[in-house]
Amino acid sequence: MEDLKLVANNMRKNIVKMVHNAKAGHPGGSLSCTDILVALYFNVMNIDKNNLNDTRRDKLVMSKGHASPALYAVLAEKGFIPEEELMTFRLINSRLQGHPSRKNCPGVDMSTGSLGQGLSVGVGMSIANKLDNNEFRTYVICGDGECDEGQIWEAAMAAAHYKLDNLLLVIDHNGLQIDGRNEDVMNTAPLGEKFASFGWNVFGVDGHDIDAVTEACKAAEQIKGKPTVIIAETIKGKGVSFMENQAGWHGKAPNDEELAQALKDLGGE
Amino acid sequence: MAKIATREAYGKALAALALENPKVVALDADLAASTKTIELKKVAPERHFDMGIAEANMMGVAAGMAANGYIPFASTFAVFASGRAYDQIRTSIAYANMNVKIGATHAGLTVGEDGATHQMLEDIALMRALPGMTVIQPADGIETYATIKAAAEYKGPVYIRLGRAAVEDINTSPDYKFEIGKGVVVHEGTSPVTFVATGVMVAEALKAMEQLKEQGIDPTLINIHTIKPLDEELIIKYAEKSEYIVSLEEHTVMGGLGSAVAEVLVKNCPRKQLFIGVQDVFGESGTPGPLLDKYGLSANKIVEKVTEFVK
Repeated sequence: MEDLKLVANNMRKNIVKMVHNAKAGHPGGSLSCTDILVALYFNVMNIDKNNLNDTRRDKLVMSKGHASPALYAVLAEKGFIPEEELMTFRLINSRLQGHPSRKNCPGVDMSTGSLGQGLSVGVGMSIANKLDNNEFRTYVICGDGECDEGQIWEAAMAAAHYKLDNLLLVIDHNGLQIDGRNEDVMNTAPLGEKFASFGWNVFGVDGHDIDAVTEACKAAEQIKGKPTVIIAETIKGKGVSFMENQAGWHGKAPNDEELAQALKDLGGE
Repeated sequence: MAKIATREAYGKALAALALENPKVVALDADLAASTKTIELKKVAPERHFDMGIAEANMMGVAAGMAANGYIPFASTFAVFASGRAYDQIRTSIAYANMNVKIGATHAGLTVGEDGATHQMLEDIALMRALPGMTVIQPADGIETYATIKAAAEYKGPVYIRLGRAAVEDINTSPDYKFEIGKGVVVHEGTSPVTFVATGVMVAEALKAMEQLKEQGIDPTLINIHTIKPLDEELIIKYAEKSEYIVSLEEHTVMGGLGSAVAEVLVKNCPRKQLFIGVQDVFGESGTPGPLLDKYGLSANKIVEKVTEFVK
C-alpha cells in the first residue's frame, strides 16, 4: 500500500507539472480524484497493457473530463502511455487533449468534456455487459458539481431501472465548483439520499484513503440488483498547500514559483 | 404503387435486421409505437431498451453500447433527437466516433397537426455540420429498407431522417441499387434544368414534373438520399449539362440539401439555383398536404416557382 501512495504522489507531481507546462488545465479536481484513480486502476479494474485494445474488459468513463491530467497521469503509471508524453498535454499535435479523447489516447475508454454525459455512457456499457452475460464492470467518475446536470439523473433512473449492479459510480465530492461552494452555486445535497431514493446502493468513503476506496469498490461487487454509487469525500487541490479547498484552482495553471512550491509540498521533484 | 411511411419501413427493416444480426439493438424514448422500433421489440424484446422520455440519456447509452460492440439504433422524433440531444450526439457519438445509428422519425412539416414544436426543419443542417456524421434521408419505403441495412453494415455514426406520412414507392425499378453516398438519377430530362431532391420531396418533385412537362419543361431529377457525404460527382455532372438547378427539401433552406448543393457548385460549376424549402420560418398545425402547399413545397407551388425561375 505504501507503493500505491507513492504512485499517487508521483501522479500529483505530474498533474501540477503538466498543467504548469501547458499553462492551462484543471489541477484542483485532478488532485482530488487522484487516489480514487489509483484504487481503481491498481486494485480494482482488470485492465492492463495486454487487454487494453480488447472491448472485453472493465472500463472507466472519466465523466468529469476536465480531470484529464489525473487520468493521463494514471495511464502513464500503468504504462499505457510514456510518462514523458505527459508534458505534451494540451499542446498542439498531442494525443493528450485538454479533455480526454478515445480516438487519440490509448486507455481512454470514452471521450468526455461536456459534463453530465459519462454516466449515460456507463449505463450503455453496463447494459451491453448484461446482454453479453459477462462479468465485466463499468466505472464512472463524476464530479459533485457535475450532478447539477439533469442528464446525470436521467442516467441514474435508467441505471436503477435496468438493475445495473455491474455499474459503479464514484462521485468526487470535493465540495467546490467553478463559481464556489456547491451549496452556494447549486445545492445538490443530500447527494447520497438522492441516489438512494433513485434506487441506488450508496457508500460513503474517504476519497483519499486508497484502501477504503478499494474496499468500497469490492463491497459494491457483492450488491446485486442495483447500481452502487460511492460518494468519495475529497479535498479539491489535495496535496498542494495553496490549492487545497480553493475554488480558484479549479482551472488555473501554476506559475514557476507556484510549481516549485507545489512540488515542495509533494516532497520534491 | 405501394404507399408506406418511411418510419413504417424503418420498423420492419429493424426487425428483419435484428433477426439477422445479434448485435443490433434498439433504444427508444417512450415513442416505440410511433417510431416503429416496436417492430424490433416484437421479434427481439431482450434487445429493445426504452429509456423513457430522456433523449439525452438515450444518446449516451447508445454510445456506451456501441463502445462495447453493439449496433444501437436510437430512435425518437427528429426534433428531440437532433435538437434536445444535440450536445450528446456531438460529444458522446460524433466526436467519440461511436457506431450509433440515429433513427429520427417525424421530421419536417408533414408531421402535421402537432405543429411547429414537433416539425423539425433544421436537423439536416445540424447533423451535417458534425464531423464524421453520415446523414441519410430515404425517399420511400424501399429506400428506407436499404438504408437501414446499409447503415448497420457501415461503421460510424449515421443520422437517418424519416417521415411520419405515407409516401409512394419511387425506387421500384429492378435496377435500383442503394449505396451510401451515391445519388440516384430518377429521371433523365431533356431540359437544361436539374432537380436535386431528398426525402418526401422526391415524390413531390415527380408530381410537379408531370405538370411541367405539359409546359414543355422536362427536368432531370436526382434523388439525394445521402446528404453527407454528398455525391458531388453526380451533381457536378448534371449541373454541367444544366442552366438551372432546383434543390428541394422538407427543411429550412439554410444549411440543408440546397446549401450543400450550392457549396459544391459554387466551387466547381456555378449555376443559378432555386431553393425549394421552408423559408426561415417555423411551421404550424395542419394536415400534410395543405402544409406543404402553404409553405411552398407542394407540386403546384414547385411548378409555379420553377416556371418563373426558368423564364
